[in-house]
Amino acid sequence: MSKKKEIIINVALIGGLLLILFILERFLPATSMLFTVLKKGAIYALVAVSMNLLNGFTGLFSLGQAGFMLVGAYTYGVLTIPVAERANVYMYFDGGLIQFALHPIIAIILAGALAGVFAYLIGLPVLRLKSDYLAIATLGFAEIIRAIFQWDKLGPITNGSNLLRSYPSYKSVLFYFVASGICIALIVMMINSTYGRAFKAIRDDEVAAEAMGINLAHHKRIAFVVSSFFAGVSGALLAMYQTSVQAAMFKSAMTYEILLIVVIGGIGSITGSCISAFLFIILSEWLLRFLDTDTYIGSFHVPLLRSGFRKVVFAVIIMIIVLFFRQGIMGTKEFSISGIYHKITGKKKKEVKGGGADE
Amino acid sequence: MDWLSRNLPYLMAGISVGGQYALIAIGYTMVYGILRLINFAHGDIFMCAGLIMVYAATVFPVYISIPLVIVVTVLIGFAVERVAYKPLRTAPRMSVMISAIGVSYLLQNLALYITGGLAQQYPALPWISDVITVLGVTTKRVTVITPPLVILLVIVLVFLIHKTKVGMAMRAASKDFETSQLMGIKINSVISLTFIIGSFLAAVGSFLYFSNYTGVTPTAGAMPGLKAFVAAVFGGIGSIPGAVIGAFIIGISENIIKGLGWTTFSDAFTFALLIVVLIFKPTGLFGEAATDKV
Amino acid sequence: MSENVLKIDHVTMQFGGVVAVDDLNLEVNRGEIVSLIGPNGAGKTTAFNVVTAVYPPTNGAVYFEGKRVVENHPRGKMKKLYNGGHADEYMKTIQPTPDKITKLGIARTFQNIRLFKSQTVFDNILIAEHMRRTSNLFTATLHLNGSEEAAMRKEADRLLHILELDDVRDELATSLPYGKQRRVEIARALATKPSLLLLDEPAAGMNPQETVELTSFIGRIRDDFHLTIFMIEHHMDLVMEISDRIYVLDFGKLISHGTPDVVQNDPKVISAYLGVQEDE
Repeated sequence: MSKKKEIIINVALIGGLLLILFILERFLPATSMLFTVLKKGAIYALVAVSMNLLNGFTGLFSLGQAGFMLVGAYTYGVLTIPVAERANVYMYFDGGLIQFALHPIIAIILAGALAGVFAYLIGLPVLRLKSDYLAIATLGFAEIIRAIFQWDKLGPITNGSNLLRSYPSYKSVLFYFVASGICIALIVMMINSTYGRAFKAIRDDEVAAEAMGINLAHHKRIAFVVSSFFAGVSGALLAMYQTSVQAAMFKSAMTYEILLIVVIGGIGSITGSCISAFLFIILSEWLLRFLDTDTYIGSFHVPLLRSGFRKVVFAVIIMIIVLFFRQGIMGTKEFSISGIYHKITGKKKKEVKGGGADE
Repeated sequence: MDWLSRNLPYLMAGISVGGQYALIAIGYTMVYGILRLINFAHGDIFMCAGLIMVYAATVFPVYISIPLVIVVTVLIGFAVERVAYKPLRTAPRMSVMISAIGVSYLLQNLALYITGGLAQQYPALPWISDVITVLGVTTKRVTVITPPLVILLVIVLVFLIHKTKVGMAMRAASKDFETSQLMGIKINSVISLTFIIGSFLAAVGSFLYFSNYTGVTPTAGAMPGLKAFVAAVFGGIGSIPGAVIGAFIIGISENIIKGLGWTTFSDAFTFALLIVVLIFKPTGLFGEAATDKV
Repeated sequence: MSENVLKIDHVTMQFGGVVAVDDLNLEVNRGEIVSLIGPNGAGKTTAFNVVTAVYPPTNGAVYFEGKRVVENHPRGKMKKLYNGGHADEYMKTIQPTPDKITKLGIARTFQNIRLFKSQTVFDNILIAEHMRRTSNLFTATLHLNGSEEAAMRKEADRLLHILELDDVRDELATSLPYGKQRRVEIARALATKPSLLLLDEPAAGMNPQETVELTSFIGRIRDDFHLTIFMIEHHMDLVMEISDRIYVLDFGKLISHGTPDVVQNDPKVISAYLGVQEDE
């Protein structure tokens, strides 16, 4: 199968997917669980891919994702609340300091940019640290960011520990798919560029990478800032999806969840992260819901089923994957049309990467 | 003097909470010393000890529930190591750390399921929960007995590590994992013992810590756990006295910050401290420097 | 013709109280193959690491093509611990990162092969092209640097062809037999277009047949790529056959140097390798 043909098929598939979503939105009620799940899945796919860029492709074990999402979510909320609503939202801070509202798209880009700026500053000290020390330092910075945003002295800007709400948000699931899709595409393109090769070299062997003329500090910083930029964008999308946002929700537990999504999908696989994000959200928010409700079959009360059971089952599944299927769904492979094509036609691809659809 | 009398309650609370962090920190530092693993689940094991006490106290009298809590906590710690870390002994470090995060996620969600998400009232333990007055400050007795108890336990532990055969095995394993195996040390027993000691101290810490607070929530272990880990890094990971001193410093500073009215930043301060230490003295106060071989 | 390519000047490397390299002075001239030999733990690899800026030396300087590229003197805690000489001769501190050294034209291989393990032979070589990029993050991400990218790939393929590695182009680098991996690592170093190549035990783990092939290979690349080669090696057949000059290190100190004949017959070298019976 030629490269051109593959691109055409891929574009057609994406177009088809968007068309199906478009049609579904015409026929299903807007409150349908399907849309909720798809929106959240798209957002989590983006943040999981951004984390994979660090953990999977550059070998930097960072746990700061929730902090950068927070920066993005707040930037979006603060900059887009309509002036008329500000007195109401910032009721404890005399309507707040900022008295303008930006277009949502501009605010989303600024959300990413500010997260990137935070990442640049945080990266100066922490990127020199190795493996688990880096993990714990980034986790720590995420906590510091959260404390700063909840600080009442900054209330006129951040609304302290109160909710940000009343900002505009796009309702269509298409918006989330397109926004997240563009961002993921950019990350993939970067990974496939000469910079991506440098990242992978650093992941495989830092000393050898340096000996090949790759400046470690510079490239680690790029990966960290870019990853945080997209985490910021996903934070903005999450804020939009939830219609209200509060710093208290961006705890380290959120980062852990994202990390587990990355692990389930396969560390080092972009498509793996995407598939796993949707699976995670669909299962946890929708299909496994029944585990959380008391259920009677006739007069028989099904044991164990009650609030919270879903997450226990979920955690057990995750542990099984972590322990017994360490490669995750995709390992380091990528899901691709040509992979499936070769699988079906029985031709073996002679390339090492970019291979088959499954293991 | 005026400053002191105004801040004495915070100082005392700081020393007390510092001692409680110290008991958790020892678990982190010992495990890291041997396995080079940040045991993310350790804080949650500490939380489990708190929850088990809540439920045990409704059924049994205190003199049965306390040993019961210790035994069950130790079993949990032991089981976590056997199930979640042992199979990954040869796996990359990142995998083990992810497994630790997974265990933490599991324990928290299990606790959430069992408690239904509501904070559980911690039982008042006789004697140690009594209210007393020291130097004009009204406090619980636990505040006063924590520091001597911690110091006693640490002395016993240091004795164990430096004067017994099994302690020697532990030190050997933390110096060189592979070689100590070749020298005939049963590495799995040493690791299990490390987790048992760590969980035991976490259980003791939970009695002291939760007596000072009203309730146990599923995430109650996360923050003390992280702080205790920071204490361990601060003191130089692998060093038990270092972890204890680090824990006291963190406990005291955090409460003084609260006393100054910066409560929002009391958690953030701990991490700021961590970052400063990692940047200027990555091996901590008492850690040994190590260079990578090229 | 004795133009200096590399000059190591009073370099001392002390780790805490342990002196790994003690007042090392050596020169490598253009077009030469110079070997550094010595028993295990003599400080050979440490000397390489100082030249490639993996560690800063405790004291001393390194010159490359007449330019001072590394310089240091005891500072901080080392001031008290340092017990070598020449401390007041090097007042400046020049501590580049290893990638700067590579960009200047010094490439190296490693004692325990360090190939990028998840990547193909081709990608291993291609990475060297990254440092000569003219595109920035944005143009590269948006794939606006098509011609540069094509040139990079062509260059990597050209090198693979010259070094007769075409047949393993798309193999995973670490799945190759040991001898081939060594060759790939040398190829990868050559891809940075160095004028000085440092080889750290290139024949380690090779059988006699592979060693013979390697000997001619090293000679060939020196001529084809106009290289100067500085090499650490234990296989004496290889060292004696291709070295123009040899330096011998023992316990961090230079104990002998000269042509292979001179070194081979130096009693100090013989005693360092075989050990002398002292005190008995």
